[in-house]
Amino acid sequence: MAKKLESTFVNMFVVLLVIGLVAALALGFTYSKTRPEIEAAAQKKQEKNITAVLDGITYDNKPLAEKYTVEGFERLELYPAKQGGALVGTAVKTVSPAGYSGDVWLMAGFKPDGVINAVSVVEHKETPGLGTKMDTKWKDQYTGKNPGVNNLKVRKDGGEIDAITAATISSRAFTDAVQKAYEAVKKGGEK
Amino acid sequence: MNNLQVFTRGLIKENPIFVLLLGMCPTLAVSSSAFNGLGMGLAATFVLICSNVVIALLKNLIPDKVRIPAFIVVIAAFVTIVDLSMQAFTPALSESLGVFIPLIVVNCIILARAEAFASKNGVLGSLLDGLGMGLGFAIALTILGGIREILGDGKFFGIPLFGENPTTVLLFILPPGAFIALGLVIAFVNKFVKKTA
Repeated sequence: MAKKLESTFVNMFVVLLVIGLVAALALGFTYSKTRPEIEAAAQKKQEKNITAVLDGITYDNKPLAEKYTVEGFERLELYPAKQGGALVGTAVKTVSPAGYSGDVWLMAGFKPDGVINAVSVVEHKETPGLGTKMDTKWKDQYTGKNPGVNNLKVRKDGGEIDAITAATISSRAFTDAVQKAYEAVKKGGEK
Repeated sequence: MNNLQVFTRGLIKENPIFVLLLGMCPTLAVSSSAFNGLGMGLAATFVLICSNVVIALLKNLIPDKVRIPAFIVVIAAFVTIVDLSMQAFTPALSESLGVFIPLIVVNCIILARAEAFASKNGVLGSLLDGLGMGLGFAIALTILGGIREILGDGKFFGIPLFGENPTTVLLFILPPGAFIALGLVIAFVNKFVKKTA
């Protein structure tokens, strides 16, 4: 076995510097190679979610390209769907910070009159087996409801939404995100 | 100790979770389902093999007093590469494991193997040690995740075992269930495995 390098100041300095540099180069290379793929994957996922929540609505534009935001709802992204220039629906990427463990990101699709077309789950960190049930047919109860008419709250809070058993907090966050999306669409539409 | 023993001891006799009790933090956090456990285990195995090999190669070039920071930089670089590659090429897997991958950096099993084995042994031995320990970690996480998923959610790898809406022990999905399940499995391992080993 060859002798180990002495722990002199110069040795330590040079070795750490070289290791740091090599690691930085390797990471930079990986990052530049993977970035287009990561962005493409994110784009594709966004597109898939938009298509999912606008299911049943025919539109001829590319909602992803016409993204806009509304003042007061800075974290929300709105994607208008148009047919022949007329608005036929809006997909909203929306978020509620009130999840059981952090943000709950959803995509909600609205018809022009404010009725919910469909909701899909984008990202969350809720408890597996409890809060994760939001991404099942449970969320279908939102379809057809209009947050302007129906009271979009869980039953415990006096609303019309059946919460997931043992995941009331996740259900509240889900509802809160949809409600915010609706308010953003209304505010954006008035401009 | 021959190479075969180096490889196999990580599986049972010196299993990092059930016997050495290393890396408890990711173990408790990630083992909420069998799939999560397996994914985390395999990702950690990959990082463990890479870092063990690199550190075994570099062991004579790293002065003793700075070995820990040097090891950590090597490990963190591999973890980030794995994380980026998974995001780029297997977005679905990255989505379900995303939050856990960066946690591998602080998984003390990896640092412990670098310090206790790879920095004192050759490349082949370190590779086998990494593979054995990593697979031991993956198996342990899958068992633990499986137990918690079956008891807490009535499923195994996402497949329902008892039909729709079974009565389950929710506790096992939640953090306390991780401690209880881990304790029971360790008791079991102590009773039956150590005697024969």
